[in-house]
Amino acid sequence: MRTNLRDILAPLAALLAAVLLTGCWERPPVTSVQNGYRGLGMVGVYNPRTLETQMPGNAIPAALPEAAPGAPLGTTVYKNIQVLKDLSLTEHVRLMTAFTLWVAPKDQGCAYCHDLADFSLDTKYTKVVARRMIQLTRDLNTNWKSHVASSGAPGAGVTCHTCHRGQPVPANIWFTDPGPKSVKGPAGGRNGQNLPAAAVGLTSMAYDPFTTFLTGKPEQIRVIAPTALPVSGASTRNIMQTEATYSLMFHLSSALGVNCTYCHNSRSFASWEGPPQRAFAWYGIQMVREINTAYLEPLGKALPAKRLGPTGDAPKANCATCHQGAFKPLYGVPQLLDYPELAGPKAIPVTSAAVPDAARKKPAAKS
Amino acid sequence: MSMLSFERKYRVRGGTLVGGDLFDFWVGPFYVGFFGVTTIFFSFVGTALILWGAALGPTWNIWQISIAPPDLKYGLAMAPLKEGGLWQLITICATGAFCSWALREVEICRKLGIGLHVPFGFSVAILAYVTLVIFRPLLMGAWGHGFPYGIMSHLDWVSNTGYQYLHFHYNPAHMLAITFFFTTTMALALHGSLILSSANPKAGEPVKTSEHENTFFRDVVGYSIGALAIHRLGFFLALSAAFWSAVCIVISGPFWTKGWPEWWSWWLNLPVWR
Repeated sequence: MRTNLRDILAPLAALLAAVLLTGCWERPPVTSVQNGYRGLGMVGVYNPRTLETQMPGNAIPAALPEAAPGAPLGTTVYKNIQVLKDLSLTEHVRLMTAFTLWVAPKDQGCAYCHDLADFSLDTKYTKVVARRMIQLTRDLNTNWKSHVASSGAPGAGVTCHTCHRGQPVPANIWFTDPGPKSVKGPAGGRNGQNLPAAAVGLTSMAYDPFTTFLTGKPEQIRVIAPTALPVSGASTRNIMQTEATYSLMFHLSSALGVNCTYCHNSRSFASWEGPPQRAFAWYGIQMVREINTAYLEPLGKALPAKRLGPTGDAPKANCATCHQGAFKPLYGVPQLLDYPELAGPKAIPVTSAAVPDAARKKPAAKS
Repeated sequence: MSMLSFERKYRVRGGTLVGGDLFDFWVGPFYVGFFGVTTIFFSFVGTALILWGAALGPTWNIWQISIAPPDLKYGLAMAPLKEGGLWQLITICATGAFCSWALREVEICRKLGIGLHVPFGFSVAILAYVTLVIFRPLLMGAWGHGFPYGIMSHLDWVSNTGYQYLHFHYNPAHMLAITFFFTTTMALALHGSLILSSANPKAGEPVKTSEHENTFFRDVVGYSIGALAIHRLGFFLALSAAFWSAVCIVISGPFWTKGWPEWWSWWLNLPVWR
């Protein structure tokens, strides 16, 4: 029997048309941002209609009215203040009110962290976590200016709102991904890859780059070997390590809403030529590692089971936790100007007898 | 210029698209025609502009000379000559020269009374170029999206533009284009080797004909496409490669701004297995 060519071509053409028309296509006009010399192709491409939908989520709430000056220190009235010892009574109340707007569920307010019968008690885990988070915020704004204030603009830095955006738990956190259930050994082992993972832009590359790169003993982030051929004694990189790095970079890309050329001239990914963003991002990766190892992982002991991940680990941070799709969190609006208390502890007036000098030191780790 | 004894009879008048008899003559072996004149004009002006641009640049190293398009801030307007304006003029000249050449081929086809397959094939190559430097920049709103004219610099552009969409191998049209390029190569290798083998039998044996050619592939894969159709297939494969190349770049940006891997979410969301 002779098959007519048309009998084959027609369904083929239909399939092709279906494939090309089914994907969620976008349309012109698009907007673009040039990151390098003209013609180099280092360009960010954006769909302005998508950007518009992201604007409201990155707007900051109106700042609370300034605290009345001249009030005595909060420690003169409140008990069990361990971190915010440098705040006056009015500043203290204002900052706590801001926390309820930024973090606490709407129907709970102060009660989300405090025992309403006695505010000084540490009975709720949320209060323990909140105290540590205040220390974290001040630590970042003091010791990680290389990332959070890389622009050097006044008021550059982070607040609770940078991550929380009105939610008790920030929208973008991560847990160690144990992968799908599978048999052990070569038959079932996926080697941590080969799934279309949302964390890495639906690629089949390593699906949990965060545990690999953003925790306690992180792997080095390397793309290429320093020699053209494997050389005995020289450090070598294999394709698995390269792909794991690419996985992390896919995360950076989606977290910041940028493409590879925002930081790299793809001529050589390893080279430090090109935009300063690469260096800011490098500091950011070091910063996130410290956030996870010094702050978030130890807090796991304080958290109830419902807040822990599938392997019992604490919720942790990555780039998306703050950035949430924007090249600068909240598009770089200097929210810290309205809440200078979060920039770091301020000098306590000498007239106040109640507070020792210790408050000026970097807050000690407590959990 | 020597001429084959039977060649004169193919040098027939007429068939011109423009200009009537005015340019209907040969210079040595070359047919001139109106579009030969425009080809020469655009080629010389364009080459001169490239030389001027190279003279303005920092190097005469042939690998590093680059005539870059304007900054994106100029949008679809003309840019100052030294800041991308030269690139714009060179683009006009290149497009003019390529189209002139294709139309000159059309005129020659008309003179000979043959099909327009050659100019059609060349037009697909022109389409790919014009898509890169005219259609896509128009759709994205700035001439600065074109590629720079330089041996190394255009490779940097290709690499970076691919990485604008994170992983270009997930671009469906890029997949098709690559597949067609490879298939073209394979078909040409199969066909070329078959012709060489038929034309080079053992010493003392006559050159083999299409019966042998057909039998060889019927024995190997059960099917021989035939002497005419192998050329039809090669033409289709080669043109498809260039066509899907043009598609894969024109959809990157104007019709998709995110990473290409993400585009495949429709596949993951098919109702069969979602």
